Amino acid sequence: MKHTLAVLVENRPGVLTHISGLISRRAFNIESIAAGYTEEPDTTRITIVVEGDEIEQEQVVNQLSKLVDVIKITDLTAVESIQRELVLIKVKASVETRSDIINIVDIFRARIIDVNRETMVIELSGDETKIDALCQVLEDDHGIIEIVRTGKIALSRGPIPAKDR
Amino acid sequence: MMTGAEAIIESLKNENVDVVFGYPGGSVLTLYDALYQANFKHILTKHEQGAVHAADGYARATGKVGVVIATSGPGATNLVTGIATAYMDSIPLVAITGQVAVPLIGRDSFQEADIRGITTPITKHNYLVKKVEDLPGVLKEAFYIARTGRPGPVVVDVVKDVFAAVLDYQYPKEVKLRGYRPIFAGNLETIDKVFKELSLAQKPLIFVGGGVNLSGASAVLRDLIEQTGFPVISSLMGLGCLPFDHPQFLGMVGMHGTYAANMATTECDLLLGIGVRFDDRVTGLLSEFAKKAKVVHFDIDPAEINKNVMAHLRVVGDLNWSLPALVERVKDVSAELKGHVQSWNDKVISWQQEKPLNYEHQTDLVMPQEVIEKVSQLTQGDAVIVTDVGQHQMWVAQYFGFKNPRSLLTSGGLGTMGYGLPAALGAQCGLPDRKVILFVGDGGIMMNCQELATAANYGFPVKVLIFNNQTLGMVSQWQRMFYGGRYSHTSLKGNTDFVKLAEAMGVTGLRVTKAEELDKVLEEALATPGPVVVDIRTPEKVDVLPMVPAGARLDQMILGGSEG
Repeated sequence: MKHTLAVLVENRPGVLTHISGLISRRAFNIESIAAGYTEEPDTTRITIVVEGDEIEQEQVVNQLSKLVDVIKITDLTAVESIQRELVLIKVKASVETRSDIINIVDIFRARIIDVNRETMVIELSGDETKIDALCQVLEDDHGIIEIVRTGKIALSRGPIPAKDR
Repeated sequence: MMTGAEAIIESLKNENVDVVFGYPGGSVLTLYDALYQANFKHILTKHEQGAVHAADGYARATGKVGVVIATSGPGATNLVTGIATAYMDSIPLVAITGQVAVPLIGRDSFQEADIRGITTPITKHNYLVKKVEDLPGVLKEAFYIARTGRPGPVVVDVVKDVFAAVLDYQYPKEVKLRGYRPIFAGNLETIDKVFKELSLAQKPLIFVGGGVNLSGASAVLRDLIEQTGFPVISSLMGLGCLPFDHPQFLGMVGMHGTYAANMATTECDLLLGIGVRFDDRVTGLLSEFAKKAKVVHFDIDPAEINKNVMAHLRVVGDLNWSLPALVERVKDVSAELKGHVQSWNDKVISWQQEKPLNYEHQTDLVMPQEVIEKVSQLTQGDAVIVTDVGQHQMWVAQYFGFKNPRSLLTSGGLGTMGYGLPAALGAQCGLPDRKVILFVGDGGIMMNCQELATAANYGFPVKVLIFNNQTLGMVSQWQRMFYGGRYSHTSLKGNTDFVKLAEAMGVTGLRVTKAEELDKVLEEALATPGPVVVDIRTPEKVDVLPMVPAGARLDQMILGGSEG
């Protein structure tokens, strides 16, 4: 099963090297990884989605916890949480097909953020399945030129932050 | 105000470092100048690999943090094998490397290597210091991380300009690391649960490992063993933490473990793993390892629990916390516990008597096992023993008879050939009054034989006993057993005259070719001041037995000697 981990780390050079190095050395099965600054300037938050059974998941958490720059790891799978991913999709779009694409975009509550004579760029945030579904429709009906996805980020519901869990 | 280089020397003094091992070069010139001006004790090896293994040997023998210095690029990359060796065996090291100047980083400059990136998988932590004001804090953290919790190597890569830059030096009093809080005491409730399991067990077994040697918990372990009466087995790294002749001690477990230790592991119903990591050389076929047993795992590193063997109970914490707490619980019921396991103890002892370790004695040829037994007698088991890697390493583990913790220095995890000689020099440097004896093969000695010159230069009186069987013994044993006797590139026939090699480097050289010469030459070697090499000619085809073939169950041993 998949686990979503919120990993709080020191905002220092080399931290991502340590984390990615550990993941590859231990041959962990990582589905996505997304990092960014937080409300505290010296802390970076990394969301890691791990695929594997309980034992594997325990090893990932234990080994990551050993890294000196890792401050805290919270398994957000175990608590109520909101999970989102952002995608930008460049899709083939001619004058004739634009309106159909706009319809699809509306249905998915996505946004068009760039248009030119041959393409449109669509932005969507949501959970993985929603993004997959939009990609599928656009690919089948119009053809996708390129896609970029951020990987999942997640936040627990309620007042308790990951660092205090 | 002082320079970065001077700040490093001050920090070393603050950490009570009395010696560093190293090799100079372009980017550490300023640091070496400061060492010179401060007259700081430095051991110059002949190769950076020698320096890092020496620092490792020093750390293993003394329990202090070993320090090694190397220049950027090849100097730093030559440390890699030594750092990995220390990492696998949890040895505290601080490696200070020079890095090219800030404007040159990332430009493939002369002697540039990203040693931080390279050593990330083989260090407990590492740093790149680009600002001189960061130096004191980084060094404080480096030593703290290296020696606390589960020890390990830390690399501090220092950019060349930092050594010369000036700072207002203040060594921090304490370390503040949000992400690193080594555990000392764990949960007392788990000790109660362990105690419950102990009192229920019919066939308990204590399995000790390197963690006991590293944490200095041997005395309390001996207490636990006396109070419980349980039989004990050891990993290679655990040897010495209780005396080999203790009546409850069954010897080493695993691939070349004793019959009794491997049978007891297979049959036990409770296995207390203490400071062990259940390495594949110990477990054999993992799915069948101690299958009838509940496993209780004592370790300071939570990541070791459930890594290889699933634990029914985990006791995470320092052994200096958990073992005394457990002894406290068992001491009132000691007699009951002992009574409880009497029949199991009888069974275990019968295995030991039935099939003890043994080997074929020869009248004319020098058997390697015999050399080891002889050295053990001559030194009353009191020397610091260093090994290289291979057949001789396993025979030393089987036949030396260790009495004291930290008396066997060996590359257990990484299995680094070439480790032995430099590690022995480091040990001798740290313990100048102890007898340091190296057992090494004719293959391994050549991997760092340049360090014989270091031994001569500093007069380190290490006794180097080369088991010269003209072959890569362990590899050829596997070729004999599993590759139809096709000895692909394992013959070392006629390559080197080790007596002449020793003499060329300023070391006394002796030779043993016949069994009758052995006693006399060994006595002479031990009595000769300064470093001595003894070229001992041993038979080519001798197997290390018992042997559990890789991937087999522990009770599927190939036995040796007269049981053949």
